[in-house]
Amino acid sequence: MATTEKPFVGTPRKVTEHLTQNEKLSFEISSPGKKAYKLPPLDVPEVDPSELLGEAARENTGTLPELSEIEIIRHFTRLSTWNYAIDLGMYPLGSCTMKYNPRVNELVSRLEGIAEAHPYQPESLSQGSLQIVKLLQDCLIEITGMDTITLQPAAGAHGEFTGILLARAYHNSKGNPRKNIIIPDSAHGTNPATAAVCGYQVINLKSNAQGGIDVAALEQLVNEDTAALMLTNPSTIGVFENQIHKIADILHAKGALLYMDGANMNALCGKTRPGDFGVDVMHLNLHKTFSTPHGGGGPGSGPVACKKILEPFLPIPVVEEGSDGQLHWNYDRPESVGRVRAFYGNFGMFVRALAYTLANGPDGLRQTTEDAVLNANYLRKKLEDVYDLPYNTPSMHEVVFSDRRQVKNGIKTGDLAKRLIDYGFHPYTTSFPLIVPGALMIEPTESESREELDLFVDAMRQIAREAEENPELILNAPHSTRVSRLDETTAARKPVLRWKGHPASTPLTPDNSPAKEW
Amino acid sequence: MAYPANYRYTREHEWIEVDGKTGTVGITDYAQNSLGDIVFVDAPKVGATVKKGEVFGSVESVKAVSDLYAPVSGTVIEVNEELASSPEKINTDAHKAWIMKVELSDPAEADSLLSAADYDKFVAEETGH
Repeated sequence: MATTEKPFVGTPRKVTEHLTQNEKLSFEISSPGKKAYKLPPLDVPEVDPSELLGEAARENTGTLPELSEIEIIRHFTRLSTWNYAIDLGMYPLGSCTMKYNPRVNELVSRLEGIAEAHPYQPESLSQGSLQIVKLLQDCLIEITGMDTITLQPAAGAHGEFTGILLARAYHNSKGNPRKNIIIPDSAHGTNPATAAVCGYQVINLKSNAQGGIDVAALEQLVNEDTAALMLTNPSTIGVFENQIHKIADILHAKGALLYMDGANMNALCGKTRPGDFGVDVMHLNLHKTFSTPHGGGGPGSGPVACKKILEPFLPIPVVEEGSDGQLHWNYDRPESVGRVRAFYGNFGMFVRALAYTLANGPDGLRQTTEDAVLNANYLRKKLEDVYDLPYNTPSMHEVVFSDRRQVKNGIKTGDLAKRLIDYGFHPYTTSFPLIVPGALMIEPTESESREELDLFVDAMRQIAREAEENPELILNAPHSTRVSRLDETTAARKPVLRWKGHPASTPLTPDNSPAKEW
Repeated sequence: MAYPANYRYTREHEWIEVDGKTGTVGITDYAQNSLGDIVFVDAPKVGATVKKGEVFGSVESVKAVSDLYAPVSGTVIEVNEELASSPEKINTDAHKAWIMKVELSDPAEADSLLSAADYDKFVAEETGH
């Protein structure tokens, strides 16, 4: 470390400071009597709500913000300029697959007949929508190599829940629901939660030195009480389970099922099919692999594909082609686990996922998988000399480093991530998977160009140098954001879930707080 | 931080201090350090039965929720109410901030647990330092 000069401070190349407007809560900028609407005069008899609703009629309507139209438009527009999104830059949040949402998806989902379709429309007027459902199902069945599918679940964990309900119904039909579900220690936390909610005991399986399934240990654990193994493939450290056939055989020999968490299907799509390597039931995340919106409320979509043996238990209704050549919803399925979602699932996401699938075609989907893997390995190669790589196994669509080299200067993965914000990137995933202490989990996805990846590499390398030469800078990061480190601990220990202040009484309250120092 | 020599330890990072038929259980300093700031402790109810090696509760930190594994079998006779409002006590003094007291159904079970020296060695191997 240089002793005479100032310590090293990196140069973010992707961002520079610029003005953004301050914004208070809508309650705080409210002033009585303002409206963003103008209603025509009442031309029907006025109704007294207390007469109609009795005791349920609310006398005090509470305090709601009152703003004019331009004020409310500016309020939300200003807030939106503080945001970070995939449309602004790389979003390398590992395991989350924050890929670009192609505009063609949006174009198609806004076509009038699709956007205005209503679930109560008669089937005869919904044939187009039903064909979208059917065609997407057929595509996903082909991609996964499974026999059948339900599109109902609304997210990944909801898909897991549905999948394990199918497994439970299957075992029940054989006379015994069984007791346990085995889950590797590298799994997403939703896996054990799913198993527990479905009434199973969770058995934890330790990963081997390569970060994969310890096949010998698995063989010891599996018996007639095992309902299923929940496996993520590739695993959360981005490694493909090359013993997957053997794993499936071990389970099937004891009558247990192989559940695959399809969170990382974007590393397999068009290359290999879970149905071919022994998976019995799996979910897909349309908001990951199939480019539908992720984050900001999605909404998500977590279809569950399965083998024929599980078909009788699928949620109702199931889309079927009748003898009249028309598509129908079939509700008459006595062994079904029932409904898991109102209506038919998040239909708007089916449209987007289908648009993505058809726009890419089989070769295009294969190309996205190859590009995702290439991008992750490019980052791995460019960063492995400055960040510790805990597992040497070849990476698929994401790469997991650890903060081991930086920890000796007191800098943890969370600190490095905070500094990355100053360089204009969304942080990677910190502290997950749990099998890697101090994990930096980086997933660039196929969306990023070489140029964007190089900017990211440059940022990460400068941060590594800062960690060596100027650790204080990183420990106090971010420096360029509107707020710096938030007190996450107090926020979690003493959460404030409701705004309790008073709205501004006059539109112009003089602000006597000291001016910002420049 | 040194691990008290009179405690016994699990590979899941719980400690237990056995006094006759009563065992006092908490998590180790290594565990609290890996978890980070603890924000919530989900302790069992008094009167609940716990079984050696099985989950009896969980601790939530800003990073993750982790299960707690019972070092011994028995009946919960007391839980540390203080942790409900001040879970940070575990961060400040993990080896004092106990989570539950158990009446042991089989005091011999504690003998199979790790000694302070063995636990120290286990942690060193686990972290590769």
